[in-house]
Amino acid sequence: MNTNSLVSISDITKEEMLDLLERASYFEAHPNSKLLDGRVAATLFFEPSTRTRLSFETAVNRLGGRVIGFSDASTSSTSKGETLKDTIKMVSNYADIIIMRHFLEGAARYATEVTDVPVVNAGDGANQHPSQTMLDLYSILKTQGKLEGLNIAMVGDLKYGRTVHSLLMAMRYFNPVFHFVSSPQLRMPQEYIDVCRREGIAYTEHTEFSPEVINSADILYMTRVQRERFSDAMEYEKVKNLYTLRNAMLADSKPNLRVLHPLPRVNEIDRDVDDNPKAYYFEQARNGVYARQAIITRALGIQIPPK
Amino acid sequence: MTSDKKELAVAALRAGTVIDHIPAPALFAAVRILGIESMDKSVTIGNNLASGRLGSKGIIKVADTEFPQDVLDRIAIIAPTAVVNIIRDYEVVEKRPVNLPDVITGIVRCPNPKCITNHEPMPTRFDVTNKSAVELRCYYCGHSVGSDEAPSLL
Repeated sequence: MNTNSLVSISDITKEEMLDLLERASYFEAHPNSKLLDGRVAATLFFEPSTRTRLSFETAVNRLGGRVIGFSDASTSSTSKGETLKDTIKMVSNYADIIIMRHFLEGAARYATEVTDVPVVNAGDGANQHPSQTMLDLYSILKTQGKLEGLNIAMVGDLKYGRTVHSLLMAMRYFNPVFHFVSSPQLRMPQEYIDVCRREGIAYTEHTEFSPEVINSADILYMTRVQRERFSDAMEYEKVKNLYTLRNAMLADSKPNLRVLHPLPRVNEIDRDVDDNPKAYYFEQARNGVYARQAIITRALGIQIPPK
Repeated sequence: MTSDKKELAVAALRAGTVIDHIPAPALFAAVRILGIESMDKSVTIGNNLASGRLGSKGIIKVADTEFPQDVLDRIAIIAPTAVVNIIRDYEVVEKRPVNLPDVITGIVRCPNPKCITNHEPMPTRFDVTNKSAVELRCYYCGHSVGSDEAPSLL
């Protein structure tokens, strides 16, 4: 297995994370660096995800590399019954790096076992999506000037939202204070609460999206509450608007507060927040390209800054 | 001699392995995990035998066979109380417990229908996250499996 693969944010150390952030910062200053000249990246999207694919392909293109791949499993041999192993082995003959998204959980981990080509996980079902976490971290670093000692409120679906789980795992190295805001059905799973306890991280759980939480936060990380998570439609109707952020709610927030959201958003952030300078979710998406350039160059063992 | 009668219900082994103190509900799963169905040695299987510790227990005797410890340890998932007796020349020469390994490969099925292991021809792999409570975690998808769930996934 190639050790430069990135399957889960939990696979990398704090130092490797900081290295990726430095790389991202370099690529923000030098977005068009022809470091992948002559290299081929395969983007294998067994499940469509236009946003993530475009971001990765932009990253490869800005690095001067070429892209091969597919954006939907129906156009690949998977639809003919080919196993994932065979697809990965075949593509390994063509590409220097494999960037893959799959609807099955654990697919990227398995891919690293059948190829020596570095694999970057661009999302495997509800499991891991490390490039999202890196762009979240980079956004936090950029807007706050530091990662250490921040007050981070996570709001919405904390049970199924993989982005909040990965962000928690990444931020645990930086002495944060967490506020978990959700309905009782969607509270942070026990295993992540246990991580906070074990590592001595301060956290509080709230069912109310209160002014106290908002006004003490440096980062407000909003997530979408999905209708399909509720077995009872009535329950969904009851909670869907309880965790909606409106512009007026930010009136007494800290000047350095920034609102983040992994997107797509539905109604958990009111449109009237969009023009508030504290709304950061659209710029956050742009940071995704730099974070992915960082991940790709690390996976290929390319030194940054280049010699 | 009434107490002897109970023990004589199963013939003594000259040489081989006796796995005792298997919880009765786990007996047949243990037989399957050890691959006993396909062995050609004489095998004696007893179940629902009176046990002071377990209430009712199962026992497996296999003649002329000594299993590697890592094979025996696999049954710890469902029968952590099992005791292995190695018999040579009618004597118990060794008595040892089974121990849950750190990693369990290819025995337990992942209950997550969206896990890659349920779709690819590949062995499953679980990390044992809690040995005393028998808690497992799928190495691929991260799904947790508790002791109550594990027997139905064998």
